[in-house]
Amino acid sequence: MASKYSNITFMGYRRENGRVGVRNHVIILPVDDISNAACEAVANNVKGTMALPHAYGRLQFGEDLETHFRTMIGTGANPNVHSVVVIGIEPEWTKRIADGIRTTGKEVAEFSIEQKGDFETIRAASWAAKDFVHKATEVQREECSISELWVSTKCGESDTTTGLGSCPTVGNMYDKLLPEGITGFFGETSEITGAEHICQKRAINEEVGERWYKMWKAYQDEVIFAHQTDDLSDSQPTKGNILGGLTTIEEKALGNLEKIGRTSQYIDILDPAEQPTSGAGLYFMDSSSAAAECVTLMAAGGAVIHTFPTGQGNVVGNPIVPVIKITANPRTVRTMGEHVDLDVSGILRRDQTIEEAGDALIEMIRRTANGRHTAAEALGHREFSMTKLYRSA
Amino acid sequence: MSNIPHLLVHDHEDNVGVVVVEGLTAGTEMFCCVTHDNSTFTLTAGADVPIGHKIALKDLKAGDTAIKYGEDIGKIIADIPKGAHVHTHNCKTKRW
Repeated sequence: MASKYSNITFMGYRRENGRVGVRNHVIILPVDDISNAACEAVANNVKGTMALPHAYGRLQFGEDLETHFRTMIGTGANPNVHSVVVIGIEPEWTKRIADGIRTTGKEVAEFSIEQKGDFETIRAASWAAKDFVHKATEVQREECSISELWVSTKCGESDTTTGLGSCPTVGNMYDKLLPEGITGFFGETSEITGAEHICQKRAINEEVGERWYKMWKAYQDEVIFAHQTDDLSDSQPTKGNILGGLTTIEEKALGNLEKIGRTSQYIDILDPAEQPTSGAGLYFMDSSSAAAECVTLMAAGGAVIHTFPTGQGNVVGNPIVPVIKITANPRTVRTMGEHVDLDVSGILRRDQTIEEAGDALIEMIRRTANGRHTAAEALGHREFSMTKLYRSA
Repeated sequence: MSNIPHLLVHDHEDNVGVVVVEGLTAGTEMFCCVTHDNSTFTLTAGADVPIGHKIALKDLKAGDTAIKYGEDIGKIIADIPKGAHVHTHNCKTKRW
């Protein structure tokens, strides 16, 4: 049924595989930590490109390595990326990542450093990067339906105002836009602790709910309780959460879950950085609750816009996905205004309803999709953080 | 000013509410609002409580359960008089 949200459109970049991006980056992607320097040199040579340095990619194995590959390939495959230069120390893993990105149909050039050195690699990669920039800058935006957006969420530096204002604002947006056919992501496995009984019930059916619970329980048993050395009360909630008035993980979790609104149900569960294959709808991604890691994983999953409720004031951004910051805390609006895209503190004063705040967020999503830079983009926040499951070999 | 709340409460079953103004001082006659249905009541603040922190809506005893969003958010570990500050010194998770 058509609603007042059905006809919303934005100007986006339609990619070879039909997905729609809201940015048009040419990225220089290092396969591993020791290729960061070459990537940064290429990005310095060729303006309009961006290197994505990170800390890992050597001697990983098993599921940890698979998560690394998914993150790399997913980042390159994201529709906010026009084309990719991949640089790694050796050719095989470099090719695996480049080929993974090529399945989208976009242009990828790959280079390996062994037996060539940085100079020769940088020279060749710079030519490819320059070619990509010329092509990217000739691509025009075209009108796209709101239903083509993939929107993720994760909150950070939460306090009690996030559960009252900014998280319900995101939830209201999902309740309105998921029926229009958008694809959504939420996650933060450890942070659901205390509200897992409620989260399980928000699955589309019992089978999905049971798989969700098994995934959550495995994290509790294999990570939290296996590595716990003391009371976790100082880690979850964090010191920042506690300063903001959150007392327990249960209280934090209940506020967190406000992000999926009143009616939204998740249709499937994703591994970290996994791209959804079950069609439009809301997905739970098994993910860290650390801001940069979580946003990086959801971007690799294919999200093109991230909505980020904060209470005490988080500053995180992402290199390829615009991160929209929303706060209801009037003190944070006053003290950290440069990081805030949407002020919903009117909810606390009772002069703005959640309904109105949800509409304001949808409008901010539309403007951001059209090209408005977020606070994090304007301030150069490009946190790109790999999720590491266990020690490398 | 009187219609701007000092304290918001999620649900009628809750026994704690959240301070939503800066600089709240002990003795303030707080205008309180339950967000579920916008019903209102008044309560005297028993302490200077920062924005975002919680206040007990009734006398709570050690061993009681703190309720917010109509749900269990942890156990009360020290007696808390109505109007007093509720935080890590008198309330703790049941999880770890």
